[in-house]
Amino acid sequence: MDPKLDELAGQCGEWLRGTGPESDIVISSRVRLARNLAGFPFIKKCSPEDRQAIERTVRAKMEKLEQWKDVRYLMVDELSEVDRQFLVERQLISRELADSEGARAVAIDPGEQFSVMINEEDHLRLQVMHSGLSLQEAWQTVNALDDLIEGEITYAFHSKFGYLTACPTNAGTGLRVSVMLHLPALVITRQIDKVFRSLQKISVTVRGLYGEGSQYMGDFYQVSNQITLGRSEEELVQQVSEVIPVLIDYERRARRFLVEESEQDLHDDVSRARGILCTAKKISSEETMHYLSKVRMGINLGLIDDLPITTINKLFIHTQPAHLQKLRGRTLGSADRNVERASYLQRHLADSGPGGAAELN
Amino acid sequence: MKCQHCEKPATFHITELTEPSGPQVMHLCEEHARHYLSKEQSTPTSLVADHLEKQLKLGQTAEELAELDQQECPVCGITFYEFRNAGRLGCPYDYTVFQKDLEPLLINIHASREHKGKRPTRLAPSADRQAELIQLRREMEEAIEKENYERASEIRDRIRSLESGQSDTSSDL
Repeated sequence: MDPKLDELAGQCGEWLRGTGPESDIVISSRVRLARNLAGFPFIKKCSPEDRQAIERTVRAKMEKLEQWKDVRYLMVDELSEVDRQFLVERQLISRELADSEGARAVAIDPGEQFSVMINEEDHLRLQVMHSGLSLQEAWQTVNALDDLIEGEITYAFHSKFGYLTACPTNAGTGLRVSVMLHLPALVITRQIDKVFRSLQKISVTVRGLYGEGSQYMGDFYQVSNQITLGRSEEELVQQVSEVIPVLIDYERRARRFLVEESEQDLHDDVSRARGILCTAKKISSEETMHYLSKVRMGINLGLIDDLPITTINKLFIHTQPAHLQKLRGRTLGSADRNVERASYLQRHLADSGPGGAAELN
Repeated sequence: MKCQHCEKPATFHITELTEPSGPQVMHLCEEHARHYLSKEQSTPTSLVADHLEKQLKLGQTAEELAELDQQECPVCGITFYEFRNAGRLGCPYDYTVFQKDLEPLLINIHASREHKGKRPTRLAPSADRQAELIQLRREMEEAIEKENYERASEIRDRIRSLESGQSDTSSDL
């Protein structure tokens, strides 16, 4: 495992800080731009030499930038499977970049606010992540980063179709604006499908998050713009920004409804979830996500008052398969991970009490 | 009312407004509604395939499609058929080569075919010059493979001179 990544493993990452506007419901805001270098084929038709030339060109140009001096630059093709998975869990690289072949890299800023993927589906994928609802700020940061890189690199651009991308679904602005939301009450009250439907009519897509394997993770949803061409970047950011308060309002109403109608059941559900997390001897990553989601909602509703939300946010990421292995310092099979995960949860939850929540390493 | 796919009661009544044949009402149970709605969260590849399918249903015959599928980009060599299957284009020049067929696709996906928004201050070289660069890179690799290093270095110099002249050329790809 790459020691350069060990330090990152112990941190929480910007997007899980658990702070920022509406952070009880909005986990993070992410803005990404897709860009391609002029004069090269898209990745699908790149030879291994083209990929190397793109990687070297981008790296050489970026190294000139003052803002680049603290950046951690990693050749993804040289990383172990666990390290690649670790970066995926951290949302610093995509699954596609982790799994593809040939020269590819990622540049990560020390605060984990931005990362630049090189040779993903497009030559460049610039992304900025903020904790809580902070789309305007995230857009401004990614735009400034794009300006800097664009000062050094000539992008493939068409006067009519805008920034040219490998997939026409990204053409134009190359912009994807995403907000990750925690919507447990809309799931419990079975309102979530209605919400899906209403969003599809306004060109906004919703995706569930996936954990280890392919099981559907019910309570976390990512809302993003579907269209990238024909509207300015500001209009696209605005479009997603306008829909989020509506979703937050739905979720809050559903939470209030649950408290008013069935507080005892809800309290029981939340307490059981905490109980299982504190006492299980082996536990899968899906089950952990499921129960942590309930505990997180319990904290936000005031049903649990002796556990900080930051602890739960950290546990969400630290109990993922690659994080567990990085923190343990060795590779573990699935069965061993389940035992290690249960013990990790116990250490950090069971002892927590008023003012005494266990500090995570 | 029963779900149109099984015996369970239909609790979701979805009206799909984007079907080419006009609004279509579906009556589904929760499970089938979830399945149907999850199809909407499709990958870019399937999204492109779906939109192309709609586009083809609307205006093109099987012969026209077969002819279109054989069209090939002279720069990267991708055929429209390959693009249709993979959902990914081969090079920036494809937007010029396949422009006639990509425009309706872009309208289907984005309800627009005109970029509105940020433009780079550094202008991209003309489409022809970009195509030439891509082709020269190919030729250089072939020359290296054949151990014709003299030819490879000539091509490398040509690439460098084209790249250094990039910023003063037209932006129209």
